[in-house]
Amino acid sequence: MAVAHLHTDHHHPHTEHRAGPTVTDPAIMLANVTIAYQRHPAVHHLTGAFAKGSLTALVGPNGAGKSTLLKAIVGLLPLNGGSIEVADRKGLAFLPQVTEVDRSFPMTVREVVDLGHWRRIGAFRRLSPAMRASSAAALAEVGLAGLDDRPIASLSVGQFQRVLFARLIAADASLIILDEPFNAIDQRTVQDLMALIERWHVSGRTVIAALHDLDFVRAHFPDCLLLAREPIAWGSTRDVLSAANLAAARGQADGWSGDADICAA
Amino acid sequence: MIYDFLIGPFVDFAFMRRALVAVIAVALVSGPLGVFLQLRRMSLMGDALAHAILPGVAIGFFLFGLDLWAMSVGGLIACLAVALLSGVIARLTPIKEDTSLAALYLVSLALGVLIVSLRGSTRDLLHILFGSLLSIGSDGLILVVATAILSLLAFAVIYRNLVVECFDPTYLRAVGGRGALAHMVFLILIVLNLVAAIQALGTLMAVGLMILPAAAARFWARSVASMIALGSSLALVSGLLGLMGSYHLDLPPGPAIVLVAGLIYAGSVIAGRFGGLTRRLFPGAHLQH
Repeated sequence: MAVAHLHTDHHHPHTEHRAGPTVTDPAIMLANVTIAYQRHPAVHHLTGAFAKGSLTALVGPNGAGKSTLLKAIVGLLPLNGGSIEVADRKGLAFLPQVTEVDRSFPMTVREVVDLGHWRRIGAFRRLSPAMRASSAAALAEVGLAGLDDRPIASLSVGQFQRVLFARLIAADASLIILDEPFNAIDQRTVQDLMALIERWHVSGRTVIAALHDLDFVRAHFPDCLLLAREPIAWGSTRDVLSAANLAAARGQADGWSGDADICAA
Repeated sequence: MIYDFLIGPFVDFAFMRRALVAVIAVALVSGPLGVFLQLRRMSLMGDALAHAILPGVAIGFFLFGLDLWAMSVGGLIACLAVALLSGVIARLTPIKEDTSLAALYLVSLALGVLIVSLRGSTRDLLHILFGSLLSIGSDGLILVVATAILSLLAFAVIYRNLVVECFDPTYLRAVGGRGALAHMVFLILIVLNLVAAIQALGTLMAVGLMILPAAAARFWARSVASMIALGSSLALVSGLLGLMGSYHLDLPPGPAIVLVAGLIYAGSVIAGRFGGLTRRLFPGAHLQH
C-alpha cells in the first residue's frame, strides 16, 4: 500500500509502523480509512484498532487530520474510502472543540449537563429522578457543585470546559472521544480534568483525545497515534514519540501543498 | 372612558374583533419565530425572505387581483425560490450567503413594486406591502389563525432539537439528534408565517413583529423558554397598543404596531436588566465576591 502514493513516496521512511496495533478486543476498528476535503485527503489510508479500555492520545502537526479522524469515528463526516467499525456506538460520547459551541447561548449550567442524558430521553421524554441525581453528581465531580442555575455565559473558559466534561460524565459512555479538550484552558482545570480522564481509564472506559503538548502526552497517555494525514506511528507512547517519528511527521507536513497528483491506492 | 377606549371599539365593530383575533394569532407565534431567528443569527435572513415574497404576491395580484389564495401561493413560491437560489449562489460562487440574499431581496422588492404598479394603484401597493388588518376577510383570518396554531404545535415537536442545534450542533449530531431536520422545519415555519401574514400586517411588518419583541426579550430574560414567553407577550402588547392607536388616531395598523414594538425595543436597549445601556453606564457598587 505504501509504494502507490505517487505524491508522497519520498516521505515514507517508516512504513513498518504504518499499520496500527493488532488488538483482540477492539473498541474501534479502522480499515484503510481515507477522508478528503475537495479531493485532498485529510486522513489517508489509516488502518488499525483502538483496544477496549485503552487511553490514546492523538497527536500530529496542525492540519494533520486529527479533528477530521475523530469526527469520522463519531459519524459526523463521510468516508471517501475504507471503513470504521465502532463496537458500542450507542455508548459513544463526544466533546467538540470549544469553538464549535455557542458559549453565549442563554442556558444554565444544569441544562447543559442534562444534555448528557440525550440518548436516554431524546427530544420528548422527561428526566427521571435518577438522571437528575446523576447530573448533580457529575457537576460535583468536576468541582462545580452548586452552580446549577448559573447562565453559561457568565463562566470562564475553564469552568465551561468543566461543564462539558460533566455532560460527558452524565452520558455514562463506554467510549469517550475528546477533540482538543485542553486548548486555552488554565493549568488547574487541565490537572483536574486529566485526573478525571485517568479515573475513566481505570474504570475500563476507552478514551481518545486529540492533543498538542507532547510532554503532557508522555506523562499521562499510555498509547499514542501520531498522524500526519498518513499514520506515522501507532502504539505505546514511548515508541511512537521517538525523535525519528516526530521528524517524519514534520517532514510529511512540509510536503503539503495546494496541488497534488491523484493517489493510485 | 376606559370602556370607550379599550373595549368599546371591539363591541361596536366586527372588523375590530377580526383584527384583534388576527393580531393575537400573529403575536403569539412571533415569539418563538423571532427568538430562534435571533439565536441562529438569522434575523437579517428573515427580513430578506419577507422581501423575497413580494414579487410572487405581486404576480398573484397581477393575474388574479386581490385574491387571498393566488397571492399566498405566489408568495410561497417566490420565497422558496429566493431561499434556494441564494443557497445555490453561495455554494457555487465566491459570493457569501448574506450578500446573495441582499442582492436577491433588493431585486425582489423592485420587481414586486413594479409589477403591482403595472396593474394596481398606490393603494393596492400599500395594501400588499403593509397588509390590511382592519379589512381582513374570513378566509384571511382562518389562514392566519390556522398557520399560527400549526406553527405552535410544530415548535413543540422540534423545540428541544432546535435549542441544542443552536447551542452545540456537533454534540447533537454525535448523540443522534435531528438538528438538521429541526432547522429545515424552522425555515419552513418562517416562510409559512410570512406568507400568512400578508393578509394581516403585510410581510414587512410581520417580520418586524418577530424580530423586535424577541430582541427586546433578550435584555430581560436569561433562558430560551422565558425569552420566548416574553417575546410573545411583548408582541401581543405591541399588537394591542398598535391596534388601539390605529383605531383612535386613524393610523395604518401595521406600522403602528411595529412602531410600538420599536419603542419597547428602544426602552429595553436603554434600561434592559441584562446588558442594557444604563446598566453599563451605572454598574452600581461592586459586590463582595
